[in-house]
Amino acid sequence: MSRDGLLSFLSSILVIIAGLLVGLIVLLVSNAEQALPAVQTILTFGVDNMRNVGDVLLRATPIILTGLSVAFAFKTGLFNIGASGQFMLGGFVSIMIGVHALAIPAPLRIIFALLAAALTGALWGAIPGLLKAYRNVHEVISSIMTNYIGMFFAVYLIQEFAFDQGRGTSAHLHPTSTLPRMGFQNIFREPVGAAFRESHVNVGIVIAIILAIVIYIILEKTTFGYELKACGFNQDAAKYAGINQKRNIVFSMMISGSLAGIAGALNFMGTTGLSMSVVETLAMEGFTGISVAFLGLNHPIGIIFSGIFVSYLQLGGARLQPHFSAELVETVIAVIIYFCAFVFVVKSMIGKVIKKKDGGN
Amino acid sequence: MYIIEMRNITKEFPGIIANDDITLQLKKNEIHALLGENGAGKSTLMSVLFGLYKQEKGSIYKDEKEVSITGPGDANRLGIGMVHQHFKLVHNFTVLENIVLGVETTKGGVLQMKEAREKVLALSKKYGFDIDIDKEVRHISVGMQQRVEILKMLYRDNEILIFDEPTAVLTPQEIDALMKTMKDMAAEGKSILFITHKLDEIKHVADRCSVLRKGKMIGTVDVSETSKETMSEMMVGRKVSLSLDKQDAKVGNTILKVRGLCQKGNTGKVGKDKLKNISFDVKEGEILCIAGIEGNGQTDLVYALAGLESFDSGEIIMDGQDITRAKIRKRTELGISHIPEDRHKHGLVLDYSLAYNTILQTYYTKDFQSKGFLKRKSILDYAKKMIERFDIRSGQGAETVTRSMSGGNQQKIILAREIDRDPKLLIAVQPTRGLDVGAIEYIHKQLLAQRDSGKAVLLVSLELEEVMNVSDRILVMYEGEIVADVNPKNVTFQELGLYMSGAKRDEVKAE
Repeated sequence: MSRDGLLSFLSSILVIIAGLLVGLIVLLVSNAEQALPAVQTILTFGVDNMRNVGDVLLRATPIILTGLSVAFAFKTGLFNIGASGQFMLGGFVSIMIGVHALAIPAPLRIIFALLAAALTGALWGAIPGLLKAYRNVHEVISSIMTNYIGMFFAVYLIQEFAFDQGRGTSAHLHPTSTLPRMGFQNIFREPVGAAFRESHVNVGIVIAIILAIVIYIILEKTTFGYELKACGFNQDAAKYAGINQKRNIVFSMMISGSLAGIAGALNFMGTTGLSMSVVETLAMEGFTGISVAFLGLNHPIGIIFSGIFVSYLQLGGARLQPHFSAELVETVIAVIIYFCAFVFVVKSMIGKVIKKKDGGN
Repeated sequence: MYIIEMRNITKEFPGIIANDDITLQLKKNEIHALLGENGAGKSTLMSVLFGLYKQEKGSIYKDEKEVSITGPGDANRLGIGMVHQHFKLVHNFTVLENIVLGVETTKGGVLQMKEAREKVLALSKKYGFDIDIDKEVRHISVGMQQRVEILKMLYRDNEILIFDEPTAVLTPQEIDALMKTMKDMAAEGKSILFITHKLDEIKHVADRCSVLRKGKMIGTVDVSETSKETMSEMMVGRKVSLSLDKQDAKVGNTILKVRGLCQKGNTGKVGKDKLKNISFDVKEGEILCIAGIEGNGQTDLVYALAGLESFDSGEIIMDGQDITRAKIRKRTELGISHIPEDRHKHGLVLDYSLAYNTILQTYYTKDFQSKGFLKRKSILDYAKKMIERFDIRSGQGAETVTRSMSGGNQQKIILAREIDRDPKLLIAVQPTRGLDVGAIEYIHKQLLAQRDSGKAVLLVSLELEEVMNVSDRILVMYEGEIVADVNPKNVTFQELGLYMSGAKRDEVKAE
């Protein structure tokens, strides 16, 4: 391994350990007896068996996409806080199609649902984009507002058109509307006696990874990406170069929104039976996307890994429930992610220490 | 005896030795110039003296006693003050508040400004600073702000004064005033270190001059016994011609025609127009120079020509086509190149590589993309060609992040890009601002080469010397109006100064 690679690895390990130690303090204060086992659970549960590995990937799918959504807008100099609303509306549209559009043959219906969710997210993202480009309204303010509007709208529409009275949530998708599992159930499973408990991981994770690569190519290899990043790095220079910034702001927010919309569709179209609840809270996936994006340094490929990492922590964290409250678990996970954000600071610090030693010899 | 002695100072940054075993000796009461190109290590050396950086090797002596300076606080206690290139002022504080900031006199937690006011007024009077100490700093001119910085040092009774490129932001008249102030202060017993790369100023004001090149001390000379040519040779490391070898212009057809350009001022400054009925032509094969003191409408005029800002009325005809309301890209495609005033704001995407910056306006052409994908190899090849042709120096060639490059080389990227597009009209706004002698010489030669190949060049400059040396025709702008249209051969520096300050004006008409 190169010296730089070794340094990166070392510092990653260090920040995770530091994060866990501080997390441990929080756990100790809350329930001293269970604290150490809890840390062990967080660390090992996600890789305990292949089923859990599959579940990590399943959970990672939507947050990789919301992470990409945030990162893409960020490359253009925009802060898309609105992934949550785009996610919920995209989810709603996919549920509608999955429940009602049975006239469309099954495999096409799934593709149609994904595209419709992407379009919905794009249109929802276009609103703050247009306001920013042509009315100079700050996108953070307007996308926070579209979050609430989108959430209430989705909750209302679910109750009107795709409601399951019995469960009090969105209706079940038609079985042929769910995302194909691609045979993943034969890999990601845990033996229980003679049978297996399978993970519900599906084609979604593949779609997420492909989209990450597509986004990478758009940003790094195309003239469109060149324009977008020029706007993001230096608006004045982009203007000077004759680049149509206003159009690019709108496009960037639309692409960002479409990624969040697809995240919503993939989230609700699995075989888990996960349904959209009609409680009036914003979808957390949108905000987790922000930490995923920054943890992945806003790099599309980095986001695949940061998404999986956050999902792994969340899955392990969810197992702590009987001994620790959900809020506390969220806090501990947040602390670990927070420390991870310092990886470069730590890296440069280690670098300096080593250099000093070299100099002393 | 030396009041300050820096012995064998070495300061390294990753990948570069900014100061390599430098010894600098400052005598009491002298004005000591520190001359060097950009990146020679002048500012680093002064930052070490001021405690902003810690040297790896070497030591600093004050009055022959070794001292340790770990921060500006230490420097201040030793009587060392500094006027930074970018002023360190609180914009919504008054002049007086800025001066006392950090050394306020208080009584029971309450500010005691009376004594401070008297002291500042006395100092201001002594040096003939005509300054209103109760005005907020944001409302006073750049020249005045610099006086505030000087008063700050005097108020703290600093006896060693460091000036980091103090004349870069000043008008000719303000420069004269500053030079006089520096002489007065030296006469009062202050010792001055004066960072610059302008030889005239050194000749004018300095007693001795130390020359740095690429982090090394080349030597210290007596200014009165050393010619400008010798000093510039020490600085650059080779012979530099200070005057341009220039043929007469062979003027051709009109390329740019500007008629009746008007632009109202912002609300709040009612009655003051940014542009007042501006009309002029630029022809093939000539360098037309727009001279004037900063802020007299030159920037607004260039923005209007380049399409960066809209204007109220008037028309712009480029090569026979009306481009009054044309988009920036249209103008670029019609053959307008623009070397912008602020290379960091408009000219470059600093986080892009050198190569990416060379294609800023041409990335979408067939040469550099096909079907929406950038042609990486063509872009790199093109950048390499530019690097070679324009001698652009950088750490990692075409892939160097532009932010990490020196100002002169950054400017060369812009120059390369704008000239290589083969424009009909080249608008160059202060193209040599902040550059060293070698780079300035290079850029002037390039501008002349463009003129001689039949291009129209519109040069906007604040430097009178540049105006007189390079241009074929001079327009002077004052308060948004063109007040003179003169030939550099028939006009003197003093006359230009009068036009620039509004003391004299001609009736100017295009055609």
